[in-house]
Amino acid sequence: MSVELGHFALILAFALSLVQASAPLVGARLGNGRLMQIGEPAAITGFALITLAFAALMLAYVQSDFSVLNVWENSHSAKPLLFKLTGTWGNHEGSMLLWVLILSLFGAMVAFFGSNLPPSLRANVLAVQGMIASAFLLFILATSNPFARLQPAPIEGRDLNPILQDVGLAVHPPLLYLGYVGFSISFSFAVAALLDGRIDAAWARWVRPWTLAAWAFLTGGIAMGSYWAYYELGWGGFWFWDPVENASFLPWLSGTALLHSALVMEKRGALKIWTVLLAILTFSLSLLGTFLVRSGVLTSVHTFASDPARGVFILAILMLFIGGALALFAWRASALAPGGLFHPISREGALVLNNLLLTTAAATVLVGTLYPLLVEAVTGDKISVGAPFFNLTFLPLFLPLLLAMPFGPVLAWKRGDLVAAAQRLHLAFAVAAIAGFMVYFLVDRATAFAAIGVGIGLWLVCGAIADLAVKAGAGKVGPVVGLRRLWGLPRAMKGTALAHAGMGLTVLGVVCVTTLEAERIVTMQPGDRVEISDFSLRFDDIRPFTGPNYSEEQAFFTLFSSGGRQIGEIVSSKRFYTARGMPTTEAGIETLLLSQLYISIGDATSAGGLVVRVWWKPMVTLIWLGALVMMIGGTVSLLDRRLRIGAPKASPKRRLATAGEGG
Amino acid sequence: MTIRRFVLIAIAALLFAAGPQVAGAVQPDEMLSDPVLEQRARDLSAGLRCMVCQNQSIDDSDAELARDLRVLVRERLAAGDSDAEVIEYVVSRYGEFVLLKPRVSPRNALLWATPVLILLAGVIVLALGVSRRRKKRAAPLTPEEEAALKGILNERD
Repeated sequence: MSVELGHFALILAFALSLVQASAPLVGARLGNGRLMQIGEPAAITGFALITLAFAALMLAYVQSDFSVLNVWENSHSAKPLLFKLTGTWGNHEGSMLLWVLILSLFGAMVAFFGSNLPPSLRANVLAVQGMIASAFLLFILATSNPFARLQPAPIEGRDLNPILQDVGLAVHPPLLYLGYVGFSISFSFAVAALLDGRIDAAWARWVRPWTLAAWAFLTGGIAMGSYWAYYELGWGGFWFWDPVENASFLPWLSGTALLHSALVMEKRGALKIWTVLLAILTFSLSLLGTFLVRSGVLTSVHTFASDPARGVFILAILMLFIGGALALFAWRASALAPGGLFHPISREGALVLNNLLLTTAAATVLVGTLYPLLVEAVTGDKISVGAPFFNLTFLPLFLPLLLAMPFGPVLAWKRGDLVAAAQRLHLAFAVAAIAGFMVYFLVDRATAFAAIGVGIGLWLVCGAIADLAVKAGAGKVGPVVGLRRLWGLPRAMKGTALAHAGMGLTVLGVVCVTTLEAERIVTMQPGDRVEISDFSLRFDDIRPFTGPNYSEEQAFFTLFSSGGRQIGEIVSSKRFYTARGMPTTEAGIETLLLSQLYISIGDATSAGGLVVRVWWKPMVTLIWLGALVMMIGGTVSLLDRRLRIGAPKASPKRRLATAGEGG
Repeated sequence: MTIRRFVLIAIAALLFAAGPQVAGAVQPDEMLSDPVLEQRARDLSAGLRCMVCQNQSIDDSDAELARDLRVLVRERLAAGDSDAEVIEYVVSRYGEFVLLKPRVSPRNALLWATPVLILLAGVIVLALGVSRRRKKRAAPLTPEEEAALKGILNERD
């Protein structure tokens, strides 16, 4: 019964989204306020209906209602409750439902918080959101209905893919989708501005918080996915340049560029046309990611052609929205007046450099991801583009970006002074250079690449600190006044510094683990020891264990320091999920400060030994801690008074006080 | 179908990122006793694709075919081949599909040229924009304005 209710709510939401897509648009064209006002209640009600549908599906999962095809295919009655809940989106149909749920959530938030938007802009934004929602709701209803029934109902389900039975599934997809779909708001704002033919600094001020929120979520989502892959994969890689990963990385790259170009537009009125184009491209890349992953085109052009219903549908949505938005852009962009002159050496100049490099990096990753498909479609040949290609092309583009990063925030708007900026950063540069030399001469096996990488990571962290210190008046005022000034700095400034420092931490983590990692692959008998880095690891024994829906072999290890002191015990196991007959590995990980010792067990040998892989991963946690700091930076920036969504206009007094703020 | 391949496809179909799977890859009995040769084998393996996997190198894959290829690479190295010779041998047997870093060839020209082309295009657009604005800024003074300006400046002197 509740399942049919959910299905019906979804159909109603689709009908309502058609109204939302048309009425406000027509209203805005005719200047009819009543028609325009239909947008808000439609968006909020649509969100409520999709929430209802989603809750109905979740309930079916919790109750293990195997008369629902989707639940039967992806659930099991013995599965722990958490994985029953998260299993709702651990499959194609459910994850598409989560996608539109988040889309409608953002639409409802614009309706709810958008009272300070000009009525025609708000109406157009909600209409574009309605169009996207109706396309994807139709996609779900026509090709991916999660509420389809099964008659007669089986007694037991086929269980969720064991790899997905992990807390990662609870966090990673929702965060990622909040990021992906969050960019739909920037897209809708861009299209609305093109429809209106009017765009100004106020527009950028409205778009920035949405972009910032989406960016922070996407950063968290990608990092979470990376950590999940790291501990679940069993060989401790953190990034594979897999097309599926690239699909999430592309909107991040262009979204980061958008964040910075919108800043220029808000502060200086420059880069208007470019910002609108970036807003369109960023969400287009999100849609492209959805298409790539959902259509099966990644496996091969031929798989795509053999089962085309879903793929062709998403491709049609893709072409409609990307093509439509770009056509509108080509037609109307010239109506947007360019503005804001600036000298190449200025904050704007630095942000333009940021955009140039980020966009080129995004294009490189995009072409690399799609090139095998292109070659196969045109010539029939199969080629591969993998990690070695991306590392070789991406790093030279990212390196200058990282080197230039600390300069951005310390340069003045309009016309900056490079010498003065360098003076502000000289201490940060000195720290980074000394650290680089120390790594090169003091750390075993450290290559020049490691030394330069550590130097760059610290350059970013120290550069961010130096920026804040100078702005707080370090050296000019006493420590107490300085700290108070630091605390009183605009949140946007602190957010920028945090995000840049977070990037530095991630760079440090990546460089340390790729250059200084140690690996041992050995066959061990109980009682055997293996030496790795400064540690000695003893394999104690292996014992069977039974979980709720799996059986497992747990291998016990004891970790000793080089001096023989016991540091900890580590359990690494191999699981076998009975319902699907699938094995998984559960890596044993011991975190020591920021570094980790990572153990993954393989097969038993005929002589009673066990294949054991051990890695020493120095500073590896910094990769994800850095992303967390970036996310916090984005959030702090979002809380800036200037950007607070729906905040009442600042009082005149306050406005005077904040008039001189930087970004 | 290997477990890894199955899982990767399952994951790809479900999520946008992360591709967890079962550990396997290089086994102790495959490894060469000479650490220098073994390191060369590992480096080469990282650039060779497991043919039956999705975007995975033979160094990371537990597929049978990947194992065969790993053993082959080590045999060639032990027989005294240079890195280039090993790659050439593997490509001659399995085609360019095994290379995770495609060769620079006319077919792949667009792939390799993309970063350079986009960067160049960006720089050219920026340079054009700057020069156009310079001209715009220089143009507006008409002869009358020029004269008026001179007059003002002379007054000051």
